[in-house]
Amino acid sequence: MFSVAQAVAWVRSTASVIEDNAAALTRLDAAIGDGDHGTNMNRGFKAAVQRLDGLEAEDFSGLFKAVGMALIGKVGGASGPLYGSLFLGMAKELGDVGEVEDQRLAAALRAGYDSVVARGKAQLEDKTMLDAWHPALVTLDAALAGGKELGPALDEAAASAEAGMKATIPMIARKGRASYLGERSRDHQDPGATSTHLILKTLADVVNGR
Amino acid sequence: MKKLINAVDDFVRESLEGMRKAHGDLIDVNYDPFVVYRVDAPRQGKVGVISGGGSGHEPMHGGFVGKGMLDAACPGEVFTSPTPDQMDWATKKVDGGAGVLHIVKNYSGDVMNFEMAADLGREADIEVQSVVVDDDVAVKDSLYTQGRRGVGGTVLLEKIVGAKAEEGGDLQSVADLARDVNANVRSMGLALTSCTVPAAGSPTFELGDDEVEIGIGIHGEPGRERIKMEGADQLTDRLAKPVIEDLGLSSGDQVLLFVNSMGGTPLAELYVVYRRVAQLLDEGGVQVARHLIGPIITSLEMQGASVTILRLDDEKTRLWDAPVHTPALRWGV
Repeated sequence: MFSVAQAVAWVRSTASVIEDNAAALTRLDAAIGDGDHGTNMNRGFKAAVQRLDGLEAEDFSGLFKAVGMALIGKVGGASGPLYGSLFLGMAKELGDVGEVEDQRLAAALRAGYDSVVARGKAQLEDKTMLDAWHPALVTLDAALAGGKELGPALDEAAASAEAGMKATIPMIARKGRASYLGERSRDHQDPGATSTHLILKTLADVVNGR
Repeated sequence: MKKLINAVDDFVRESLEGMRKAHGDLIDVNYDPFVVYRVDAPRQGKVGVISGGGSGHEPMHGGFVGKGMLDAACPGEVFTSPTPDQMDWATKKVDGGAGVLHIVKNYSGDVMNFEMAADLGREADIEVQSVVVDDDVAVKDSLYTQGRRGVGGTVLLEKIVGAKAEEGGDLQSVADLARDVNANVRSMGLALTSCTVPAAGSPTFELGDDEVEIGIGIHGEPGRERIKMEGADQLTDRLAKPVIEDLGLSSGDQVLLFVNSMGGTPLAELYVVYRRVAQLLDEGGVQVARHLIGPIITSLEMQGASVTILRLDDEKTRLWDAPVHTPALRWGV
């Protein structure tokens, strides 16, 4: 089971993980983008946490909608609409309940992913966050279907996200500002795939009580 | 990092505060969310024209708000696209019942944020059309990239389209003209130095003393090619020739030549660049009928320049000459 309390802990914990990694994310972005991914994500998740401070979050819909709108309003760049759409997609999928079965969380992540695809119109291997999301979701579904508990299943998913993140290194970017570099975008890790790995890793940590 | 800023988090707001104090006769500023808007907005019956983009490109876009150009501009954080709530606020502020045109530079973030804002505007029964500017010939336009970036052509488009809206053009004709301008303008730029985004604190990319980055965008993002320093004429040719070729200019054409500083390159050097491009055009029988020279679309303190050429026709020339009264561009008033 996955609860709203865990979801709140996930968002809060993500905010501090992003803060700790902001400089590293920005360095990755400076290499193939415009050097603001860490700064923007940090500003956005801080705003999301502020939004939560004034919110009695009792259901997923209210919680994730607040987070999504905060990200859309404060992150800017492409990451704002993309991560905002992720949380709005999850809010819509889960609705106004306070606790769901493990598979419903997986379905919500999938719905969030679909919203990101719809907004960004990228494809796999374009060297974007999708390259970390997609393998993680496939792994999560398979692990849950195989009878794994949510905690271990999310650990496996986070490991797949990490592998997907690293797999962006040799890719040539075909979306976003990195695509302007053409061949020169090779040999750099995608910043969006990196923040996606952090977000999923944090979810696994929270659910596993770490 | 040595910059005239008090605190990184206050930079954009304090810059806007100064702009409002200086130009309060032309513009007003909303601080939450950030929007620079015409002091007399909304103008009843006039198509509203708005644009937006990251801060750090001043005077673009806030400096182009006023009579005969933009009705509002949405400044994002430095080099970061503005957010949908800004464009939504601006759209509602400037709508005078004739609809609103969004001028969007072709960067993935800008396009997505403006799309979300256009959806919000339509939900409020405001007719919104969007035009995406993509004039940068340094980027290959293919199915496999984001497509060309919006750079120098944006300001020429905003001036000409703003004049059309000012004289009463309806939304469709204003949007059509915007697409027509975009189809007839091309740009390319180079960097001699990088620039430092205040929040990052160190230069966006490293460039050796003897190196030049060719084909840069306007966000300090690296270009497609890094070469050894050359003479001004050779470097200018690397910008101007692809632009001229891509536009398919031929003898007898009339153009507007725009030589832009990325922020740190002085006017004296821009004239050296202008001289060479004018020479090339002259050799090809192309007449430079209008010009614009200066730091118009900057990348903070970056040294470098861009060359933009717009193919003119009678209507575009007339609309370029039409009165404009904004903080950055002013003539005919």
